[in-house]
Amino acid sequence: MSILELQRVSKVYGRGAAEVHALDRITLSVDEGAMVAVMGPSGSGKSTLLTIAGSLEDPTEGEVRVRGAALADMSRNDKARLRRRTIGYVFQDYNLLPGLTAAENVSLPLELDGLPARKARATGLAALRDLGLAERAERYPDQLSGGERQRVAIARAVVGERRLLLADEPSGALDSANAEAVMRMVHDACKNGGMAAVVVTHDAQLASWADRVVFLRDGRITDQTAPVPEAESLLTPGGQQ
Amino acid sequence: MSVRHALLALLSEGPKYGLQLREEFEARTGEVWPLNVGQVYTTLQRLERDGLVESEGADDGPQKAFQITTSGAAELATWLRTPPDLSSPPRDELVMKILVAIRLPGTDVPELVQAHRRYLVQLMQEWTRIKEGAADDDLSLALAVDAELFRLDSVVRWLDAADARLKRAAADGQARPARAPLPKQRRHIGARG
Repeated sequence: MSILELQRVSKVYGRGAAEVHALDRITLSVDEGAMVAVMGPSGSGKSTLLTIAGSLEDPTEGEVRVRGAALADMSRNDKARLRRRTIGYVFQDYNLLPGLTAAENVSLPLELDGLPARKARATGLAALRDLGLAERAERYPDQLSGGERQRVAIARAVVGERRLLLADEPSGALDSANAEAVMRMVHDACKNGGMAAVVVTHDAQLASWADRVVFLRDGRITDQTAPVPEAESLLTPGGQQ
Repeated sequence: MSVRHALLALLSEGPKYGLQLREEFEARTGEVWPLNVGQVYTTLQRLERDGLVESEGADDGPQKAFQITTSGAAELATWLRTPPDLSSPPRDELVMKILVAIRLPGTDVPELVQAHRRYLVQLMQEWTRIKEGAADDDLSLALAVDAELFRLDSVVRWLDAADARLKRAAADGQARPARAPLPKQRRHIGARG
């Protein structure tokens, strides 16, 4: 089942001589369980694609559907509910609220969505535990390392019934071990948790965790990778060496 | 990869048979470098000829065990500390292709760069699948795959940098900079060795 669908989505900023085509007729579909990476140089439209997919911005043209529902047909309240309930966001700079503990940060979107505080907290703690952060639950963001903060942000993005994970350079500020841990989590959320993920990055090592890598240039999808073959092919004699 | 020195390393733990050496070599390198048994015996013969290992047992069959000699151990210690040859001039095949492409009329260089980038990223995806499927305690495999990923990543980054540089050059109206004769000094880049 397709979780996210973009049909000929364009985004134009400014008018006349100052007109900038940030996205140009993007068509992209991400199924349940799939992880798609979007690579491209800065200014290629990667972040715009993510904000439009996440209903934070409207496209100039084209259609965006999340779990089959067209965003254009939704009211502001519908979209806000979609963002609280279905979509999880992860940013490079974590965006955790400093005055809340890790557990409070993770359960906040559930509470905002109307879940009773006690139930929201239990669900939040379970998400932290799944990501190996149970012992960090009562710490504040400034008491956590960068890697831990980003893992808390991922817990917040996958908590509850979320189906779509949107990540913008999620491991940009992390060392390679923590970056790998973060990508493994995103990958597992798709494979085991049935989510769909779109990860925007300029880093090929991170993109290599995805099932499919889409290349963006000047607002257009110019290329994408073929499905990944069986892993063993590289390890057999006569294979790629 | 020096099979010769890898075998010496395995023999520094004690005497071993040829087949055993092959199995241990593959296990220690995370099975990233497959080795055929013929290669093992040829290498062992050469090591013996050079006085770096000696064999026990008279026959030449699989029952023949090998052990490292004192000069073999010294050779291994020297090899570990010798830097690999990374100082040779750039003759990378991909670099050559791009250098040729920017001089060749009618070539869509950004498209060519992207074709190579896509191939490299696909290869990295395959390596990452291997890492993903590896057991947590398979340190050798993780290290070998990381090395491969970092190497491929550096090539992708070079392509990204080349792409940006070519875009700037095109914007400056110097899309074919190599038409003009190179300054004398620059002609010698890569002529060493």
